[in-house]
Amino acid sequence: MTALAIDNVWKYYGDYPALRGISFEAQRGACVAMLGRNGAGKTTLLRILAGLSRPSRGAVRVLGMDCLSPDVRRATGVLGHGIGIYDELSAYENLRLFAALYGLERPHQAALEWLERTGLERVRDGLVREFSRGMRQRLAVARAFLHRPSLLLLDEPFTALDDRAIALLQGLLRESLASGSTIVMSTHQLREALELATHVALIVKGRLAHAGERTAAMVDDPGYLYRTYGEA
Amino acid sequence: MHYMRQVWTVAAKDLRSELRTKEALNASLSFALVILLLFSFAFDPTAELTREISGGLLWLVFAFAGALLLNRSFARELENDCLDVLVTSPVPASALFLGKALANWLLLLGIELVCLPVFGVFYNADWARQPAWLALVLLLATWGITVIGTMFSALTVNLRLRELMLPMLVYPMLIPCLMAAMQLTTALVAGQTPSGDQLAWLRMLVGFDIIFTALSVALVETVLIG
Repeated sequence: MTALAIDNVWKYYGDYPALRGISFEAQRGACVAMLGRNGAGKTTLLRILAGLSRPSRGAVRVLGMDCLSPDVRRATGVLGHGIGIYDELSAYENLRLFAALYGLERPHQAALEWLERTGLERVRDGLVREFSRGMRQRLAVARAFLHRPSLLLLDEPFTALDDRAIALLQGLLRESLASGSTIVMSTHQLREALELATHVALIVKGRLAHAGERTAAMVDDPGYLYRTYGEA
Repeated sequence: MHYMRQVWTVAAKDLRSELRTKEALNASLSFALVILLLFSFAFDPTAELTREISGGLLWLVFAFAGALLLNRSFARELENDCLDVLVTSPVPASALFLGKALANWLLLLGIELVCLPVFGVFYNADWARQPAWLALVLLLATWGITVIGTMFSALTVNLRLRELMLPMLVYPMLIPCLMAAMQLTTALVAGQTPSGDQLAWLRMLVGFDIIFTALSVALVETVLIG
């Protein structure tokens, strides 16, 4: 079944086309590593998939529905550049808030469960502004996975994570893939991404240069993709 | 019911955040109190003058204090990219907007309730001669200020000069609401029961609130997503 269908998507910022006719599909259970240099258009495309921006032209269907529909939003987990948690709330209050916003039946239990899974149960009532960077990152990961999304949109998920948060995130991503979730992640960290990815989409200057299954050659030599399909 | 719970969840989050940091609340309340104090020195008000200026003075203070409060409404979501996370949640943009407007409304009402007794002391005015009517005017006009202020707070959130842009955009829009509130408050502080023209101002206040609430609810998704 198709989880993502991107059909001839263009996005203009003023006169500048940040995305130029991107089309590709991802099946349920796929993990798509979206690769490309800075400014290639990866974040723009992810923002459109997340319903944070509308395409100037073209259409996007997520889980067979419009990407702005509440059902798609309920099924989507987003981890972007910012951690997306409130500094002036406690770890528990943050997770409880997002559990309520996502309409979970037992938000209290969900928040406690994810505090435990991310090793933050001892600081559950501490304000996030007093947390270390690593603790904040783990809380952000918990926030993104709290509602057990069937589609995960991750923008540079491994950037600036400490070792513990990377291990946590990789474990959760593998668990999500095993349970049939679809993952789309943009990243510069090719090795981590390609280890997880089942598919690869390479974007060069707003155009899709290559989309297809991840091959062994890509994992063995991460530079292979850019040399073969993209900029040298 | 589910929708109202979403509205309240957003409002409770904003109230909890603001009451914990008191960033906007302290600035807004101290500004309002200082203005009331300074005007009392400037005018040396007699009972007659107080009755004449009460509506204008109070609502200008509330509107200026409100702008300080409303500026933070969406701006606080920029830290850690929280706005993106809220917009990608299944909560409709209209519920997000109404939740924020509700929190701003309660905070601004709180500031007004502190300012009224202070106004009574500084200006030697018995402002509570028509308490029920005055409460109605406060509720309606404060909603008018917050619904427009919250909408423009969303509109200007990504602007570098948002602290300047918000008042410039909001005050012209608020003229009908403020005029009605000023007229009614002046009459109520003078002890009059609203009748005739004053009831027309009250109807205008109700109409203003309904129209701008409906417009904001309809447009907020476009404002947030584009």
